[in-house]
Amino acid sequence: MKNSSSGFMGWIDARFPATKMWNEHVAQYYAPKNFNFWYFFGSLALLVLVNQLLTGIWLAMFYKPSADAAFASVEYIMRDVRLGWLLRYMHEAGASFFFIVIYLHMFRGLLYGSYKKPRELVWLVGCAIYVCLLAEAFMGYLLPWGQMSFWGGKVITSLFEAIPGVGPSVVEWMRGDYNVADATLNRFFALHVVAIPLIFLLLVWMHIIALHEVGSNNPDGIEIKEKKDSEGKPLDGIPFHPYYTVKDIFGVSVFLLIFSAVVFFAPDVGGFFLEAPNFEPANPMKTPEHIAPVWYMTPYYAILRAIPDKLSGVIAMLSAVLIIFFLPWLDRSPVKSIRYRGPICKAMLVIFVISFVSLGYLGLKPPSPSRMIAAQIFSVLYFAFFLGMPIYTKIDKTKPVPERVTNK
Amino acid sequence: MSDDKIDTSRRRFLTAATTVIGGVGVAFAAAPFISSWFPSAKAQAMGAPVKIDISKLEPGAQMTVEWRGQPVWVIHRTKAMLDKLPQLDSELRDPKSEQDQQPAYAHNEYRSIKPEYLVLIGICTHLGCVPMYRPEVGSVEPSWQGGFFCPCHGSRFDLAGRVFKGVPAPLNLVVPPYEYISDNVIVVGVGQKAA
Repeated sequence: MKNSSSGFMGWIDARFPATKMWNEHVAQYYAPKNFNFWYFFGSLALLVLVNQLLTGIWLAMFYKPSADAAFASVEYIMRDVRLGWLLRYMHEAGASFFFIVIYLHMFRGLLYGSYKKPRELVWLVGCAIYVCLLAEAFMGYLLPWGQMSFWGGKVITSLFEAIPGVGPSVVEWMRGDYNVADATLNRFFALHVVAIPLIFLLLVWMHIIALHEVGSNNPDGIEIKEKKDSEGKPLDGIPFHPYYTVKDIFGVSVFLLIFSAVVFFAPDVGGFFLEAPNFEPANPMKTPEHIAPVWYMTPYYAILRAIPDKLSGVIAMLSAVLIIFFLPWLDRSPVKSIRYRGPICKAMLVIFVISFVSLGYLGLKPPSPSRMIAAQIFSVLYFAFFLGMPIYTKIDKTKPVPERVTNK
Repeated sequence: MSDDKIDTSRRRFLTAATTVIGGVGVAFAAAPFISSWFPSAKAQAMGAPVKIDISKLEPGAQMTVEWRGQPVWVIHRTKAMLDKLPQLDSELRDPKSEQDQQPAYAHNEYRSIKPEYLVLIGICTHLGCVPMYRPEVGSVEPSWQGGFFCPCHGSRFDLAGRVFKGVPAPLNLVVPPYEYISDNVIVVGVGQKAA
């Protein structure tokens, strides 16, 4: 699209910078030409966000946010609303896929040092989006008012009891009753459908604006803005549209294939995306045999359980999430990409991934002494990845970074 | 009116004053948003005291009633159960119940008004699950003397609701405020006058 000064777009552009914005963020946004597989997940996250918003708005048309009616209204959506089951399963599977996509997107950041200068704010805003996503998922899980909704909500709100002095009052304030009850469900609904999505959209907008200000990183970790042609365009850059819009459409196709397969053939993924106790209405008098959050929160849950002391466990769990924010300042390596880092950095990243996945597995399982020891070991390794970073990134050997991007 | 010079100190004072007054205004304006989240008058009324008739409770048996949406247990402890309690002291985190988890009138060896009747809130002090009553000796582990076992994270409590060492729960189970209005009727939710 050219800068049109006449015609319909000319009329618009004189009143609203439509063409300018399109060019800045799409048609003349120069992205490095060497993006690989890992660069699909940003646009996929946006796709899942749209899925969650659309299906969420439609579910809110049929769902009733009260302790008496919630469970029945979800059954109503599943059985009586035409294709209501599809809306619900798209939303429910969408939540898990959101985390799959976001975890891969964050892993890409770790691989190629995308959090390093000058992209610290892109990383910080991204971390805030992740925390929002955790809150959104947690509150959404209460809404069906099944057994796991209730007890999961109860366990997580109880965490705040650990605050010295005011803990019990804070928990009463959050729940609006002496237990997780109708008042809790009602306010979580308001937060889940209005408050957090608004914050979420603001943060996503900031994430993209900050990214487009500094420009995208790439698998070589080279700043393409440093080598420009006579027109001021990066030599290693290509316009986002049409090059990456086409690439992303391919990613979207593959993603939708997998997503549809789950939605239509295994929407609960054997109790993994939707746990069995949640098919039973909430009962405050009966704890399920085994309480575990949905898979995307289990790494932190395993850290919480690894420490046999409530306050320290809660602090460790919160630190495990918050420490991710500090990555840009913990990493002292002179290079960004894993391609030009030494063996220690590579080994630490492998250890980190193994720890995170193992903690996730342990968090799904009932507690036992041997699992507790395993969880303690992996918790230590999880934190070692971050806390040891200022040391091992500094002493590790690096390879010379090429001047221009490579096409590996 | 002279416009050749800007009085910056006056400007700074006005900005600061506006910020402070505005900040106070925001703090007051936050009141309805924060206070509406506390338990409403209705929720408070629903949390009114409940009566429990314990005349039919067999020795060794447990009964559960609901108070404020929480399970309240009454356990009729036998003489044998009570005799074992002091032997466990070395394995417990807080054997003398020094933490404020019970009303003053239940701050004693048995954590109850009448030794044989134990009244507890059946909520694990770790993360709020409902522990299971396991009175059988040797049932949870070989050395088990009877007590409560939480299935969520493996916390263990003895037959006075006192927490064992080395489990995630930090505190003894809570004894709610309660009183006897007759020999066989307990009211949970109101405390007796300090004895």
